[in-house]
Amino acid sequence: MIRAIGPDSLLIIVPAWNEEGAIAGVVRAIHRHVPGAPVLVIDDSSKDATLERAREAGAAVLPLPHHLGLGGCVQAGYKLAYELGFQYVIRVDGDGQHDACDIPRVFERLKESGCEMVIGSRFVNGGHPHTDAVRGLGIRFFRWVLRPILGKPVHDPTSGFVGVNRAALDVFSRSFPLEYPEIEALVVLQRRRFRFEEVPCKMLPRTTGHSSITAVKSLYYIAHVLLGVFVNVLKYERRRRKSGLGG
Amino acid sequence: MQSLLNVTTVLSVLLIVLVLLSVRRAHIRVEYSLSWLFAAGGMLVLSRARPVLDYVTRRFGIPDTPLTLFLIAGSVFLIMFFRFSVIISHLRDDNIALAQRVAILEYHIQSIRAHEE
Repeated sequence: MIRAIGPDSLLIIVPAWNEEGAIAGVVRAIHRHVPGAPVLVIDDSSKDATLERAREAGAAVLPLPHHLGLGGCVQAGYKLAYELGFQYVIRVDGDGQHDACDIPRVFERLKESGCEMVIGSRFVNGGHPHTDAVRGLGIRFFRWVLRPILGKPVHDPTSGFVGVNRAALDVFSRSFPLEYPEIEALVVLQRRRFRFEEVPCKMLPRTTGHSSITAVKSLYYIAHVLLGVFVNVLKYERRRRKSGLGG
Repeated sequence: MQSLLNVTTVLSVLLIVLVLLSVRRAHIRVEYSLSWLFAAGGMLVLSRARPVLDYVTRRFGIPDTPLTLFLIAGSVFLIMFFRFSVIISHLRDDNIALAQRVAILEYHIQSIRAHEE
């Protein structure tokens, strides 16, 4: 069972769905690179042995009663972390593509910068990881869309390697995009005048399973996220005007 | 035109019967069946009231009476689909929040048990 200890308590959450081949390696790598930090695997009602593999590897598990999708799965982790009093939470994907050796760097940056969110970015400092054509196009498109909204460039808006502090945790435990959350979450934070930074990180190739995002799904993803971004912008603009803060 | 109105009448009656049967078998809750019954009832009345259709056609400058019927039917069912999309969205949000709460409460229960042992 996990407990928040000390003023800089860190919880590492790993949303996982049918990742029995990768999850144990992910948990062990985290324990190796961030010894002492509790790891919580949120099992999104996997049909395979993800839950058992995660437990065997030494993680605490939060099994969801049925499949919620990525956003619902991550938010469950944020809610529990918030209730348990953690000050920082870092999310790492359960497919093993995020290198656990980058976690300490994200954690240090979270503490030093005072930013509400730190993103482990594949592209900052000129990184060019392999992504398929449609996904690469989508990332470039969202960089262009988000630049004026966020007021600063974001290199890797779709990264699932994200650290948040307690202020962001408070927001996300109450309001979190439920499908394809990464980009919308950035907008949710920015609308509250929260800050984010990016730190370079490595992206490892998938060793097991396969990505759930196909070319057709990528197009659906772009339309879905684009709508979500604009709805969020309009929603907060309306609130801002109502509260008399608008210029 | 008359045959089209007759077909609409038959379809409306079939829809009403289907909805009532579904309510009886508890496949649809009463509150959600009312929209369907009102829509089907409206179509039934319109299909039997040719003068009303002719009046609406002239009033709105629609070129054809059958087109009026299709426009009204289409509008009614689009509104219903929208209404049900809103309901489904609320239910989905509630469902996700409940599932998360169940998972978190189970986690707390396990923690308490482990602590007691």
